Amino acid sequence: MDAPTDGRKPVVIVDDVHVEYKVLATGKKATGADAGKRLLQRTRKTRTVRALKGISFTAYENDSIGVIGTNGSGKSTLMRAIVGLTPTAKGSIYAAARPSMLGVGAALIKDLSGERNVILGSLALGLSLEEVERRYDEIVDFSGIRNFIELPMRTYSSGMTARLKFAIATARTHEILIVDEALAVGDRNFRDRSEARIREIRDDAGTVFLVSHSMRSILDTCTRAIWIDQGTLMMDGPAEDVVKAYEESQTGGSSTKTTTPAKKKAPPAAKTAPPEEPATPPAEHATPPSEASPTAASDPAAQPPKRAAPKHRG
Amino acid sequence: MTIADDAARAGLHRVGGRPPLGAYLAEVWQRREFIYSLARYRLEAENGRNRLGMGWVVLKPLLNAGMYGLVFGVLLQTRRGIEDFVPFLVIGVLMFEYFSTCFTTGAKSITSNSALVQSLSFPRMSLPLALVGQRLMQLIPMLAIMALVAIVYGSYPTLQWLLMIPLIALFTVFNTGLTLITARLTVHFRDLTQLLPFVSRFFFYTSGVFFSVAQRFGEDSIVRKIADVQPIHEFLTLGRAILLKGPEYLIPGEYWVYIALWSFGMLAVGILFFWAAEERYGRTD
Repeated sequence: MDAPTDGRKPVVIVDDVHVEYKVLATGKKATGADAGKRLLQRTRKTRTVRALKGISFTAYENDSIGVIGTNGSGKSTLMRAIVGLTPTAKGSIYAAARPSMLGVGAALIKDLSGERNVILGSLALGLSLEEVERRYDEIVDFSGIRNFIELPMRTYSSGMTARLKFAIATARTHEILIVDEALAVGDRNFRDRSEARIREIRDDAGTVFLVSHSMRSILDTCTRAIWIDQGTLMMDGPAEDVVKAYEESQTGGSSTKTTTPAKKKAPPAAKTAPPEEPATPPAEHATPPSEASPTAASDPAAQPPKRAAPKHRG
Repeated sequence: MTIADDAARAGLHRVGGRPPLGAYLAEVWQRREFIYSLARYRLEAENGRNRLGMGWVVLKPLLNAGMYGLVFGVLLQTRRGIEDFVPFLVIGVLMFEYFSTCFTTGAKSITSNSALVQSLSFPRMSLPLALVGQRLMQLIPMLAIMALVAIVYGSYPTLQWLLMIPLIALFTVFNTGLTLITARLTVHFRDLTQLLPFVSRFFFYTSGVFFSVAQRFGEDSIVRKIADVQPIHEFLTLGRAILLKGPEYLIPGEYWVYIALWSFGMLAVGILFFWAAEERYGRTD
C-alpha cells in the first residue's frame, strides 16, 4: 500500500474493505432471529450479496475524487462505509474527521422552515450562533431559494432541498465532504456554482468525494477518479484517464454484454442500468436479488486486470 | 509498518470507533446552542399547524387532567380520603406528563431524525437532549398552572415553593438518563415504540397519579413500601408536598435522597449506554 510518503497528508485510508449484505430470499433483510428460524424451516434461505470486494485507496488533502461506475457497482456503499453508516465485513477505514455526506432525498427537518433548517444545520455542524448569523445570508444566497426560505422544508421540491442541503453542509469548511449524486437534481446554474464550491473546499485543504454519472462534472471538479465495478476497484488515477477508460468500457460493451448490441452508444452522462441487483440495498427492498456474486466473479469484465495503484502524485 | 500504524501516525481514526467519553461530552457541550434551538423550533413547529397553536401545550394536559378527574375521581371514587382532589390530581397528571412524553417521544429521537443523522456529522446525543429540553419548555407553563390551582384551593406561595426548582432539576436529570436509554434501544429494536406506551401507562396507573398510595393501601402495606422507592411516585409525592398544605403533605426527607440517587444513577447509565453505540446511529443495517 502506498504509505503517506509524498508529503501530503492522508485524510482517508480505505484498506481492503469488504461489505456484505445478508438478504433473505424474499428480499427481506436478514436478522439474527432469522438465523435461528432457519433451523426450523429450511425454506427461508439467506444469501449474501457482496457489495464491495476488497477496495483499497488513500485520499489526501486537496484531493477531489470522482467516483464512477454503473448503477449498482457499489459506489454509494463505499461512500456510506466511509461515513460509517455501513459496517465493513472485513478491512478498515481510517479518516481524519467524521465526514458529512450529501445524498439525494430527505430534507433535514421537514417540518421546519428553510430558515430554521439553515440555522440548525449550521449549529449542528459546530458553528456558533454568531457565526451562523454572520453567514446566514451567504448560505441562503448560495442556495438561491430566498423566496421560499420561510416555507417548511416539506414543501420544497427535490431540487430545492438539494440546494439548501448543499448550501448548509458547505457552510463550514470541511475536512471531508461526500457528495453522492446530490447535484444531479439541481439545475445547470446551481451545478456550476456547487462545482465551484467543491473546488474551493478542495483548495482549502479539504477532501471531496463526488459520486456522479455526469462525466462533465467529474472532469470539471475532480483531479482524481476511482472507478468501481461490481464491488472491485477497476482503476484509480487522474480523472481524465479513468473517465476515458470507463467510457470506453461503457461504449465498448464488454461489461454491459447483456444489453442488446443494437443499443445506441451511451452518451457520457447517460445512466446505463445493467440488470444486476443494486449493491446498495434500498431501504424498502422489495425484489429479490436477481443474480448474485458468484456469476459476477466469473464475468471476465469484472476481473480487474490488476488493481491500479494510485499513481497520483502531488 | 502496518496501515493502522500509518493511519495513527497521520492522526486518522478508525471509522466505526467512538470518540473517548470526555471528548464526546465536550463536543456535546459545544453544541448547546444547537440543542436549545432545536428544542425551541421543534416545540413551535409541533403546534404550528394547529389553529390554537401553542395553546395546545397548555390545553392538552388540562383536558387530560379533566378526563382522569371525571373517570377516576368522580366515577370510580378514587378521590375518597383525599382532601383536595383537584390540586392533587392536577399536580399528579401534569408532572407525570413530563415523564411520559420524554419516555415515549424521546425513544424516537434518533430514529425519527434519520435524515439529519445520515447527512450531517454531529454528536448524536444532541438529539435526545434536545427532546428533553423541548419537554422541559413545555413543563414551564404547567408549573404555573399547578401553582394557580394550588392557590385556588387554599395553598399560598411560601419559600418552600422554591424547592420545586431542585425537584424539577432532578426530574429532568432522571428523564434525560431514561431518554438516552430508550433512544438507543429503539435504534436496535424498532418494535419498542409499540411497547413503550404500555410501559408508560403501567407507571401511570401504579404511581399514584389519581389515588393516594398511602391511603388506599395503608401506611405499612407492601405496596406502600414499593412506592417508597419507585422514582415516579417519589417525584409526584414531593411535588404535592411542596405545593400543597395539610398534614398529609409533609415533605418526606428521605425521598430527596432516593430521587437524587435515581436521577444521577439513571443519567450515568444513560450517558454510557448511549455513547457506547455512537457510531451505530444512522446505520441502515
